[in-house]
Amino acid sequence: MTLLDLSGLTLRTTDGTTLVDDLSLTLAPGERLGLIGESGSGKSLTALAVLGLLPEGITATGSVELAGTQIVGAREEQLTRVRGRDAAVVFQEPLTALDPLMRAGRQLAEPLRRRHGLRGPALKRAVLDALERVRLAEPDRIARSFPHEISGGQRQRVALAMALACEPKLLIADEPTTALDVSVQAEMLDLIDTLVRERDMAVVFVSHDLAVVARIADRAVVMRQGRAVEEGTVLGLVRSPAHAYTRALVGSARRLESALNLGDPR
Amino acid sequence: MTERATGRTTGRPAEPTTGRATEPTTERTTGRRRPVRSYTLLAGCVLAGLIVLLALVSLVWSPYAADDTSGGRLAGPGSGHLLGTDKLGRDLFTQVMTGARIAVEAGLGSVLIAAVLGILLGLLTAFAQGWLDDTLSAFLDILIAFPTLLLAMLIVAAHSATLGSAVLAIGLAQSAVVARLTRILVKRVLTQDYITAARTSGTSWPRTVAQHVLPNIWPTLVVNLALQFGLAVLAEAGLSYLGLGVPPPNASWGGMLQEAQATFTTAPAGALAPGILLVMLVVGVNLIADGLRDTLDPTTRRRRT
Amino acid sequence: MARYLLRRFVFLLVSLALASVVLFALLRLLPGDPANALTSVGASPEQIAAARHSIGSDQPLPEQFTHWLGQLVSGDLGTSFVSTLPVGPEVASRLDLTIPLTLAAFVLAVLIAVPAGFVAAYKRHTWYGALLSGVSQLGIAVPVFWLGMILVAVFALNAGWLPAGGFPPDGWAVPGEAVRSLVLPVVTIALVMSASLIRYVRSATLDVLGSDYLRTARALGSSFGQAMWRHGLRNASVPVVSVLGIELASTLLGAVVVESVFALPGLGSMLVTGIAQHDYPVVQGVLFVSTLAVLLIGFAADLVQRVIDPRLRDRLSGGTR
Repeated sequence: MTLLDLSGLTLRTTDGTTLVDDLSLTLAPGERLGLIGESGSGKSLTALAVLGLLPEGITATGSVELAGTQIVGAREEQLTRVRGRDAAVVFQEPLTALDPLMRAGRQLAEPLRRRHGLRGPALKRAVLDALERVRLAEPDRIARSFPHEISGGQRQRVALAMALACEPKLLIADEPTTALDVSVQAEMLDLIDTLVRERDMAVVFVSHDLAVVARIADRAVVMRQGRAVEEGTVLGLVRSPAHAYTRALVGSARRLESALNLGDPR
Repeated sequence: MTERATGRTTGRPAEPTTGRATEPTTERTTGRRRPVRSYTLLAGCVLAGLIVLLALVSLVWSPYAADDTSGGRLAGPGSGHLLGTDKLGRDLFTQVMTGARIAVEAGLGSVLIAAVLGILLGLLTAFAQGWLDDTLSAFLDILIAFPTLLLAMLIVAAHSATLGSAVLAIGLAQSAVVARLTRILVKRVLTQDYITAARTSGTSWPRTVAQHVLPNIWPTLVVNLALQFGLAVLAEAGLSYLGLGVPPPNASWGGMLQEAQATFTTAPAGALAPGILLVMLVVGVNLIADGLRDTLDPTTRRRRT
Repeated sequence: MARYLLRRFVFLLVSLALASVVLFALLRLLPGDPANALTSVGASPEQIAAARHSIGSDQPLPEQFTHWLGQLVSGDLGTSFVSTLPVGPEVASRLDLTIPLTLAAFVLAVLIAVPAGFVAAYKRHTWYGALLSGVSQLGIAVPVFWLGMILVAVFALNAGWLPAGGFPPDGWAVPGEAVRSLVLPVVTIALVMSASLIRYVRSATLDVLGSDYLRTARALGSSFGQAMWRHGLRNASVPVVSVLGIELASTLLGAVVVESVFALPGLGSMLVTGIAQHDYPVVQGVLFVSTLAVLLIGFAADLVQRVIDPRLRDRLSGGTR
């Protein structure tokens, strides 16, 4: 049984440039997959294609089947039903991903209301619960705050709470920690890790950082210039990278790590 | 940070783009950038170019002398007069050509004044601090709130109704707009790291302005000045229509339209031709502005702030 | 918020004071002696001096200025040199025409521009979206008086549906006629104004359409319509509101030309006549009232923006930065 099945997915711009070329991959329920690649490798677009949210001017061919629904060529009403219920996303930029003019609580209330039909005090309660679940201290204050009044890490937690509020089968995390401070990054990764484990959610984790992906994912696909160049377990990729680009990724990750070990007594 | 507490919190937002739609940013597509081919720019150059050509030709040749009334009053188009004659019997096409010259002169003159004064004033306010900055920008805000035409009316009334005072008036009114734009652009550039770098390495302020500030703001300024050209042409036509612009017998399009208003139904050519040419010229320069914006600003990310 | 209101109010007063100084100074540049307007061509020097004394133009400028300011503070706009009637009531009666004209044109322009601008952005790849953009591009190049002339020729002179100009002498006492005489001027102003508004609405809509928060909402299951309603409308209205304020102000003042096309006895024609006759108190009075209106509209637009956008509230509440 598969939750997500991409086969021969190709993304092109209207002027014919190929952005993602013949990508195929599958994901079982509860499985955690990393999509690794440099910027421009097409990994984020692939994530958007899963939800049928491609930017204007980019067309998809091939097949994307999400929980039994064919996404490529689907009508907008069908897509609206799938989004949130079957898959939800946390985007990279926590500042722009939230509506700057709406209090965080109200933004979080929207998916809760839609998904669970909550109203009034029950909805309010659920909003605070959801904020607590993403380990936000002072959920009351956060709920009343506008996005610009809280920190980047807090915003990203709100965005995560919104995605989780939909209780999706699949969580797509598009570089959710890249815009955060390094110290906040680790907390955020732990949080995502714990929360999806508790819920048996499948994850597609998009990142340019092998170390970050290794923390969340079991399996990874390495993308380069729109193609999948290598696929395997994270452990396997780190131990014996086959493709030159993967080797480079692993190498640079190791170099960074060894820099920390300099002062260690051997 | 650019807007002060005492100023209007937000003025007119950035001019909207009118040309092609901006594609949403995606991940970098390919390294190659296709050469910019702007049909907008081309179309604008053709439209405005036709009027400029008419204006240039009028300097050396016109079908009739300006005061030649041999054609009879209100003659229709044809009959030796391409557009017919006005109510005094003067050839309309000759007047339209003169009008083209006046319009182009009005546009160029006003924009020149607006550019010189506006950029200097803008730089001054951008570098001013504290109350001086507050006062100057509040003053600009008030000036900008008044339509160009009204300020121009006052100044024209204070001097006399000639092309020179009309141009001076429009240019002065527009310089406030240019000054505020310059101020905002310069303030934005001044917060950039490369300015700090230049300053810490000991570059003097005038050098910094010449080397770093002006090159970074001129594309936006040029586009805005092109738009101001169109507005100046419109304002001059408005002044002449109200009888506050170019005095007769030098026919400005605005004045011609005012004269032809009474005979619109009987002799429509006089009421249509100047208007159509006026629209052609203004649309032309606006298209040039749009085209320049697309050409000079190769980043497609200008929507993101 | 209270603190902001106070600051903003002080700014309003300072601006008004500044504007009145500029107005006063600018008008003294007017050539010709206003006393000439009062006396016949062959007037003797004594007559001219008497006329000067009667209108106070023999006083030194600072004294004239303080006199005017004193009047202003007590709500008196002065007395016309030419008609010797007080300016204030005359301005008020002219506003009876200019305010309805401006407001009606403004409302009509918004009703045209908001949907049209949205469609021009949302459907920009369709022929009608492109057409809307093209029409607004053309519209901003059309002089308002020329459009007025054409509308008069088509709907008044040819079709005979509406009056070509003028306003009933009894004004609003005959509402039907008054409204009929304002239809064409209102449409003229509204069309020209909506042309530039469409561009701003379009641009604001494009910003929203490309925004991440709209994508977030849709990614979590909002339909496009729901997301636009909940998030798009408010966000797009922030830049549009500030433009609306400026457009409203410039319509009020820009009515000068349209009133001239349609021979309407509004504030604009009062100003034009005042300038022609060197009637300082009239020109000063009209411009002072206009300035006040412009500043008040700006104030209102700022307030509305702050209500919509919480970022503006925070940015300025903490004193100087």
